[in-house]
Amino acid sequence: MDGGMAPPPPEPVSYLCGDCGADNSLKPGDVIQCRECGYRILYKKRTRRIVQYEAR
Amino acid sequence: MAPTSALDMPDMPSGKLPPHLELQRTRVICAADAAAHTESIQYSGAYALSRIDNSLRLREFCDNFRVEVFSLNEDDIEFDMIGIDAAIANAFRRILIAEVPTMAIEKVFVANNTSVIQEEVLAHRLGLVPLKVDPRLFEYKSESDLANEKNTIVLKLDVVCSRQDGRIKNATVKSEQLQWLPNGSEYQIEKTSKTYTSFSCSQETLPALKDNPIASRYPDIILAKLRPGQCIELEAHAVKGMGKTHAKWSPVATARYRMLPEVALLENIRDSLAEELVEKCPVNVFDIEDLSRGRKKAVVARPRDCTLCRECVLGDGWDKRVQIRRVKEHFIFSVESTGALPPDVLFLESVKILEEKCQRLLVELS
Repeated sequence: MDGGMAPPPPEPVSYLCGDCGADNSLKPGDVIQCRECGYRILYKKRTRRIVQYEAR
Repeated sequence: MAPTSALDMPDMPSGKLPPHLELQRTRVICAADAAAHTESIQYSGAYALSRIDNSLRLREFCDNFRVEVFSLNEDDIEFDMIGIDAAIANAFRRILIAEVPTMAIEKVFVANNTSVIQEEVLAHRLGLVPLKVDPRLFEYKSESDLANEKNTIVLKLDVVCSRQDGRIKNATVKSEQLQWLPNGSEYQIEKTSKTYTSFSCSQETLPALKDNPIASRYPDIILAKLRPGQCIELEAHAVKGMGKTHAKWSPVATARYRMLPEVALLENIRDSLAEELVEKCPVNVFDIEDLSRGRKKAVVARPRDCTLCRECVLGDGWDKRVQIRRVKEHFIFSVESTGALPPDVLFLESVKILEEKCQRLLVELS
């Protein structure tokens, strides 16, 4: 049709609730609200990119 | 010892030093105020006027040198080294602290850390953990070297704290949770297919490591504390190094020596004075010997316990009755290992290092 491939299905991202600390997986378009307690502030998790330190 | 008048000295040299010079040569006199005759007399002609040759001879050294082990266990050794100059005894001590190599964590790769302890602080704590591994199995790794199975030990720490049946699991992270990875790093360098190490074989194939896996010497060192939901995920890379680079590589907790204390009674100390002397000493160096007819005499029973506190020479006239000295060429060594190698092996390693240094000097000179 447009010549391009269909975009891959969006991957759910895991967030932490700012109130109760529960894990929430959200997809684009989902309501930003904790599934456990209904709190509306969610935090992104830290990346798993390796950070290197010298043990001194 | 009381100074001898020159008129009272024997006229002819008898091949031996007069007693007061012999005392100055072999003992440090610890008077009430300060120590005297602390120097060691090296110069071969020091006693030329008494017709005594003071040169050091290897044969004499070999005949007189002795080592006596007092106690030895897994971590500690105490031994006497007799007939050696303070300079060399001190060289062994300094080599033990700063130049006998061990393995210690040098690089920490943190994948995740949601605990309250900062990664810099955690990395520093990990560096100080003593590892139970023979450093002689490994090579030094320079900055340009790739990490391989001969120069790097990889340890993994992967803990998640959680609530389980009302109890908190993994609230304290201990050194026993450091897990040895004999196949090297499991983390990939970003945008490549390589990991942080390039091992060509598993370290477990080394026969010496097969039977005693690498771990922390002590299982209960607290590394961090966690609350439910927090986690630490990291890899620690240990390399070989020396204490002069950083104290974490020092193989000893303490390596020290003291000269053998010697307590001399300059006259017979009897009855009430003997009792007073026993009372004076806080570490109980003196004993009372019962003589006939209810009389008592003080004897020096445990001179090794003397701390040179000088309590016994303080007070009215006591410096005329008691003298404390140290035997110059008699060293009581005490070495406490941090666990990489047994303390007796550590000392032998320090001897080998000094020998190597001497060899290098000889090569330079010839």
